[in-house]
Amino acid sequence: MAILSKKDQGLLLDPLADNNPITIQVLGICSALAITAQLKASIVMALSVMFVLAMGNVVISLMRNIIPSKIRIIVQLIVVAALVIIVDQVLKAFAYELSKALSVFIGLIITNCIIMGRFEAFALGNGPWRSFLDGIGNAAGYGLILIIVGFFRELLGSGTLLGFQILGDPIQKTGLYALGYEDNGFMLLSPMALIVVGIIIWVQRSRNSKLIEEN
Amino acid sequence: MVLVVGSVLAFTASSLKPTIQLNEKFEKQQNILYAMGVNRNVEGSAVFVSTDSVKDIFDNYIKRQLVIQDGQINEDPEAYLIDLKSQLTKEVKDRKLPLFVGEKDDKDYYIIPMYGKGLWDAIWGFIALDENFVVQGVYFDHKGETPGLGANIKQRYFMDDFTGEEIMDDTKYGGISVAKGNNDPLNERKDDGKVDALAGATITGNGVTAMINSTVKLYIPYIKDLKI
Repeated sequence: MAILSKKDQGLLLDPLADNNPITIQVLGICSALAITAQLKASIVMALSVMFVLAMGNVVISLMRNIIPSKIRIIVQLIVVAALVIIVDQVLKAFAYELSKALSVFIGLIITNCIIMGRFEAFALGNGPWRSFLDGIGNAAGYGLILIIVGFFRELLGSGTLLGFQILGDPIQKTGLYALGYEDNGFMLLSPMALIVVGIIIWVQRSRNSKLIEEN
Repeated sequence: MVLVVGSVLAFTASSLKPTIQLNEKFEKQQNILYAMGVNRNVEGSAVFVSTDSVKDIFDNYIKRQLVIQDGQINEDPEAYLIDLKSQLTKEVKDRKLPLFVGEKDDKDYYIIPMYGKGLWDAIWGFIALDENFVVQGVYFDHKGETPGLGANIKQRYFMDDFTGEEIMDDTKYGGISVAKGNNDPLNERKDDGKVDALAGATITGNGVTAMINSTVKLYIPYIKDLKI
């Protein structure tokens, strides 16, 4: 990490833990609940958001001095919509099955509050390189939570990871299933995603007392 | 700015279009094969044959692709690309109805495409009949039914219930209905033309009933002619 200054490192690493967009800022929850039933979908969603956020941040940052502040939201929307359409088309062309599974949620990246939040809070006031790092960092923080949730939901819900049977074969009753283990179908439903995110928030705050809000 | 965004998007869309269309073609082929029972189902979940091999498998199992227009039956190697939605709105004599004849284990399957309305948006699918008009398999898909309720028409436990149901009541058309409270949750009675409905998805279920009955009816006389 020697190539980055201390400040820049913070841009990349803070959103992974102490300033995580999902668990601390509680943004972007909707997609985190909707598409994390499978690890594969979580990873693709994380990468899509990373592309959109990093590119969008750079574009907005480059234009920050010429955007009239009255219409900045509209300009931001145009940028993010264009990037999302590109991602959507690429997925339809090269990962068709997955694009069907992600269905509307790729389109909903447009309304993902993390994106507009970072444009407003960061890209409008910083240079392109720092905005790029900020975009990568925040998308990584978002993706990290998505992947953790996707990991537990797929493992406990279907007994697979990325489609490979980890715990044995439920039909042939091998592995854990031979001992009478059953998949937990509840894990595949959205409420369980919320509970998993809740547990992550709980663990994170109990380990780091700085994050606990005093009432 | 609009100019830049517009040209970038236009370039992306036009350069990826062929690939996307190919994917859509493969999906149709997978759906048709699924209905006639050519699939990679694992317990409880519906799995298509793989995209890489679907073209060969399709050519292998689907013996004839027919188009019915104005009482005439013609062969058409690209019948599966016909968009049923637009055909159903046309005048009867201009209407092109695709029909597929598949063969598996020395048995003929007549596969009929279907199109209808669910609760929120379009539903569509394929139904495979044998020569006695007994359902051999179905495939349903939807655009925007409620997840967990109407969207479950794509689930194995619903689609599998159709297998073995009889379309014909002796000699006249009986049809199949998705019925609530037919006291047959496991769907063991195959001669009553009723399939146990999905809880909480009444309108979608009615849509499936209407879709099957409105489309299959159009094909019955032609399938009778084909059985020679």
